[in-house]
Amino acid sequence: MSTATAPRTINPKVRKPRAAKEAKPFSVLEPKKSATRTILMVVFLVYSLLPIAWLLISATKTQPDLFATFGFSFGNTFSLWDNITGTLSYNDGIFLRWFGNTLLYVLLGAGGATILSALAGYGLAKYRFPGRNAYFAVILGAIAVPGTALAVPTFLLFSQLGLTNTPWAVIIPSLISPFGLYLMWVFANEAVPTELLEAARIDGASEMRTFFSITIKLLAPGIVTVALFAIVATWNNYFLPLIMLTDPKWFPLTIGLNQWNSQAQGVGADPIFNFVITGSLLAIIPIVVIFLFLQRYWQSGLAAGSVKQ
Amino acid sequence: MSATAAGSAAGSVTNRAAKRARPSEPNAIRKQKRSWGGWIFTAPFAIVFVLVFITPLLYAAYLSLFQTRLIGGTVFVGLDNYVNLLQDPAFWEGFRRVLLLLLIQVPIMLGLSMIAALAIDSARLYMTGVFRIIIFLPYAIPGVVAILMWGFLYSNNFGLAASINEWIGHNVVLPFSPQWIMVSLGNIVTWQFVGYNMLIFYSALKTIPTDLYEAAEIDGARGWQVTRAIKLPALRGSIVIATVFSIIGSFQHFTEPSILQPLAQGTITSSFTPNLYAYTLAFQGRQFNYSATVAIVMGIITAIIAYVVQLRGTRKEDR
Repeated sequence: MSTATAPRTINPKVRKPRAAKEAKPFSVLEPKKSATRTILMVVFLVYSLLPIAWLLISATKTQPDLFATFGFSFGNTFSLWDNITGTLSYNDGIFLRWFGNTLLYVLLGAGGATILSALAGYGLAKYRFPGRNAYFAVILGAIAVPGTALAVPTFLLFSQLGLTNTPWAVIIPSLISPFGLYLMWVFANEAVPTELLEAARIDGASEMRTFFSITIKLLAPGIVTVALFAIVATWNNYFLPLIMLTDPKWFPLTIGLNQWNSQAQGVGADPIFNFVITGSLLAIIPIVVIFLFLQRYWQSGLAAGSVKQ
Repeated sequence: MSATAAGSAAGSVTNRAAKRARPSEPNAIRKQKRSWGGWIFTAPFAIVFVLVFITPLLYAAYLSLFQTRLIGGTVFVGLDNYVNLLQDPAFWEGFRRVLLLLLIQVPIMLGLSMIAALAIDSARLYMTGVFRIIIFLPYAIPGVVAILMWGFLYSNNFGLAASINEWIGHNVVLPFSPQWIMVSLGNIVTWQFVGYNMLIFYSALKTIPTDLYEAAEIDGARGWQVTRAIKLPALRGSIVIATVFSIIGSFQHFTEPSILQPLAQGTITSSFTPNLYAYTLAFQGRQFNYSATVAIVMGIITAIIAYVVQLRGTRKEDR
C-alpha cells in the first residue's frame, strides 16, 4: 500500500526495510513471527469466510440437496452449471437484465459521482471564490443528516417530477458522494502544486484546459480511489432503488435477488433458493475481483481518510 | 451506509484537517485573487447537491408540519406530528432497539477491529497480507447478499442453525426468536464492518513514524508497552471517526431487518427500527407527513450524538 499511488503524506513512513536483520534479542520493528498469534487470528479468517464458503458450496447444490444435506458439505449431485444456466435463464433471463441495470447504475451513478467529486474537490482545494466557506459549511452541515432520512422526501419529490420508476431515480441521488468530494479535496491539496497552475496560466491556458491536460493526470490515483468507493456504494445500493422502483425490469441485482428470495414466502410460494444462492454468488464476483485488483487504491483512500484527522 | 456515513465522518474531521493545512496554505492558494473561476469546477456538484440533499431536507421539514385527514384534506398542524411522535410507543421501542445495538454491538465490533488491526500491525503474524484482505473482504460483498447468506445460515430449514439443532436434538439455536434476534442482527453488522474498521485503524497505525519505535526500543520498551504508549494514542482520532460512522450506521439500521422480516415473522415488526417504521409509514400506510417527521427527528438525534462524540473525542486528544 505504500506505493506511488498516494502522495508521500498519505503514508509518511513505511517501516524500515530489513536493515536490522542481525540477531537482536528483541525488536519492535522486526519482531519474531508468532505461530500462536497467527493461529489465534485464524479465528477471524474463519469468521470472515464462513458465509462465503457456505455460499460457494451451496451454489453447487440442487434445491432438494439444500434441504437434505449439511450446509458445509457438498450435495448428492454437483449442479453448479445447471444452477448458473438456470439462474441466467429463469423468467426470460431477468437476472441478466438486472445485472445490466446494476452496470448502468454503476457506470452513470458512480461515474458521475467521481467526475463531480473530482471537479469540486479540485475547485475547493485550488481556488478561492466567493461563497467558498459557505460551500464547505453547507456540505459539512448537511452531511450530518443520515442519508436514509432523505429517502422518503426524495421519493415524494421525484414522484412529482415524474422520475420515480425510471433509472434516473436511482442514478441522480447516486451522483452525490460527500466522502468522494472530501477525498478529492485532500488529494488535490497534496498532489497539485499551485506553481504548476500559475505557470499554465502565464502560458495562457484556460482553467478548463489546464484541468483536463495537466491536473487530471496528477489527480489520477485519487480519482481511481473515489471511483472505487462510489462503485461499491452503487453496486450495493438497496434502500434507494427499493423505494424508487416498482417495475422489476429496472431493478438492480440487490432488489431482484431479494425479490426472488421472498418468492418462497406467502401464498403461491415458489421457492427458488438455488437460484437466489447462485445469483448471489454471481453478483459478488465482479465487485470482489475489482477490490482485489485495485487493493492499493482503496487502502490509500482509507489511509488518506485517517491521516487527515 | 458506506458512502454517506463515511462522508459524514470525513466531514467531521475536515475542520481539523483544514486547520492543519493552514501552514501550507500560502503554497496552496497563494496570493490568488478571489475570483469566480472556482465555481466552474464546484457548480456541478453544488447543483446536484441542492437537488438531492437540500431540497428533500427542506421538503421533509415542510411535510412534517402538515397532516392529511380524511375530512378536510391536508392541513397545517404546526408541531403536532412531533408531539405525537414523542408520545408514540412504537417509535421509542424501535429507538431503544437501535440504541441497544449502538451500546453493545458497536463496542464489540470496534474492539474486534482494533485487535485485528494491532495484530496485523504487530508484524508478528505469518501471511499478514492474507489476513488483511480476507478480513476486509466482507465489506465488498453487497449488504443484501450478506444478509441473505446469514439469513440462510440462521434458518431452521437448512443452514447452520438447523444442523446444530439436529445434532443436539433440540431446537436450541433459534436466531429468529425474540430473545436472539438482536444478537443475530448485530452479528451480521459486525461481520460486514469489522474489516472496514480494521483497515481504518490499520491505516492510522501505519502513519506512526518509525523514529518513535526506534526510540521506544532504545528505552527498552516491550510489546504491550509499545502498544499502550505509542499505538493506542495514535489510534484515538480514528476511533472517533469509526465511532461516528457506527453511530450513523446503527441509527439508520434498515436493510437487515427489512430483508429478514419475512423469515422472522412476528419478531421483526413493522416498527422494529425507526427507519423501518418510517419506511412502513410512508409506503404501506401512505402517512407521508408522519414518516417525514420520523426521518427529521432521527436525523436530528443522529447529528447531535455524532457531534457530541466528535467533540468529546477531540477534546481528549487536545489534552
